[in-house]
Amino acid sequence: MDKQNTFLNWIDKRFPLASTWKAHFTEYYAPKNFNFWYFFGSLALLVLVNQLLTGIFLTMSYKPDADLAFASVEYIMRDVDFGWLIRYMHSTGASMFFVVVYLHMFRGMMYGSYRKPRELLWLIGMAIFFVLMSLAFTGYILPWGQMSYWGAQVIVSMFEAIPFIGETLHNWILGDFMLSDAALNRFFAYHVVTLPVLIVVLVFVHIIALHEVGSNNPDGIEIKENKNPQTKIPVDGIPFHPYYTVKDIFGVIAFLIVFCGIIFFAPEMGGYFLEDNNFIPADTLKTPDHIAPVWYFTPYYSMLRAVTINFLWIDAKLWGVFLMVAGVAVFCFLPWLDRSPVKSIRYKGPIFKTALTLFVISFFVLGWLGTQSPTPTLTLLAQIFTVVYFAFFVLMPWYSKIDKTKPEPKRVTK
Amino acid sequence: MKKFKILLFALCWAPLIIFAAEPGMPLDKAPINQTDYEALQRGAETFVHYCLTCHGASFMRYNRHRDIGLDNEAEVLEKLILTGQKAGDLMLSAMRKKEGEEWFGVIPPDLSVIARSRGADWLYTYLRAFYRDESTVPGWNNLVFDRAAMPHVLYKLQGEQKLVVKTVDNKEVKSLKLAEPGTMTPSEYDQFVADLVNYLVYLSEPAANDRKQLGIIVIVFLLGMLGLTYVLYQEYWKDIH
Repeated sequence: MDKQNTFLNWIDKRFPLASTWKAHFTEYYAPKNFNFWYFFGSLALLVLVNQLLTGIFLTMSYKPDADLAFASVEYIMRDVDFGWLIRYMHSTGASMFFVVVYLHMFRGMMYGSYRKPRELLWLIGMAIFFVLMSLAFTGYILPWGQMSYWGAQVIVSMFEAIPFIGETLHNWILGDFMLSDAALNRFFAYHVVTLPVLIVVLVFVHIIALHEVGSNNPDGIEIKENKNPQTKIPVDGIPFHPYYTVKDIFGVIAFLIVFCGIIFFAPEMGGYFLEDNNFIPADTLKTPDHIAPVWYFTPYYSMLRAVTINFLWIDAKLWGVFLMVAGVAVFCFLPWLDRSPVKSIRYKGPIFKTALTLFVISFFVLGWLGTQSPTPTLTLLAQIFTVVYFAFFVLMPWYSKIDKTKPEPKRVTK
Repeated sequence: MKKFKILLFALCWAPLIIFAAEPGMPLDKAPINQTDYEALQRGAETFVHYCLTCHGASFMRYNRHRDIGLDNEAEVLEKLILTGQKAGDLMLSAMRKKEGEEWFGVIPPDLSVIARSRGADWLYTYLRAFYRDESTVPGWNNLVFDRAAMPHVLYKLQGEQKLVVKTVDNKEVKSLKLAEPGTMTPSEYDQFVADLVNYLVYLSEPAANDRKQLGIIVIVFLLGMLGLTYVLYQEYWKDIH
């Protein structure tokens, strides 16, 4: 014990180990009323670590070459010891990353976690979301199957819609006039170096920002406003360690049961996590009958396809691209769109509850529509639900103000 | 409010109505059994005798068939290798790609992961749905894959089928009739194709059986851990009110 203390003292004189541990674990006070929805932050971190570790091992055998990429993935699946497990952990991890991040964001929307003083925390989170989408996009290209190729072709062709510089920009991004070996190599570089570094830094900054302002909770009240006069500790706060570490470990195991259930028994997840067409090597001459991105992009893909008419002298395709980008970016404005006197859905009125329900329905319907081939009826549905999706945000300053709210409690409730 | 919620719930399923009406050739369910090693070995032999001439399975090694009970190298050489390759070699096609393109118009696709892109049911139906059609280049056509470039390689076994088109309720209904019997009875041929498709499913993911076995151990372990971590959580949290 003494030896250990001497060693820790030696470290502490040179690096703030004990104080960092205290500030972020044993003396970081989190509200004691976290519910089910508060597991997804730590789970997102778990999936990130999973992606980083399995990614390293995949890189050891993967070949970023248009002629070799597809075969190298199958080499991993067959000839590398436990290569199939590493690959499935990575491919399932990609989809599950979006599952936990979407649920994490939905938690924030329910309990008003984006409201003052957590606006910056929310914006950093949005930056992570953008990087995550880029990671998913660049990663999906790598197996060089038909969906990798044609899905990416659809996405990069969006740059062509930008007036004047579109085509030049498109060619500059690809390093060629079409998606080819050059693009595969550079997307590989982004996927394994640039974007992972960015996301790790952003996650670190996200946690630092969280620990500065403190966690929100299902009641949406500030626990820091009610501190014990002697200890200066929030009366409704409990140390993150050991209370939330033991609780999150339980959450991690529960999550791993689902995660491993998919990896071991349904790695394709019915064609949603690994698409059937992506088991056909990329063919630059043969366009698949039906191109659909992976499920986590389909709500935005529906918005892209929803605009079918040119108006205001702007091409329909450019409007589509604009809507798609806006569909993601609009979350950034939430802290300033919400004018409700209360944060949490528990004390918000029926208008907000209905609006959020409609938003969730439109997200799911748009997601499903994005997996289907467009028909006039489906396009009409996509247009209707795109309007519903944006109405949630655009009308928020108005409906959040007139909604009938309940008074917030002084202390957190169960 | 409650009625409104029910209406909303009903509305989210509305798009499925359109989905249900989507047309398509109905596929027969392939009788797959990945633990029947004898059937898988029969399928493997059929594969190397009939398919590997034109198609490759170039991501698969011969000696990998230890998964399905062929763990003796001599047995692998005797049963599966007809081209003088070594047991550790990849299962490459005997035909050159260029020749394939000249003879069939397209390079016959590699079959290593065909069961993952097409699905077992599609393959099972496809291999039983060839019929004589003199209007096409190979002289054959297929109910599942119209104008397939592949001729009916197994016609000596199945025999020749003919297309029968009937009109029912103003709709064309296509079916097949055996015009000239082959060396196998229809049920023998179905079993023969089932074995082959069963093998193709194995070929597309040789580690699948290991995966499921390991999965059971992992899930049982995690369930135990779930209980333990729950008790730990309860123990720590009992004094938080």
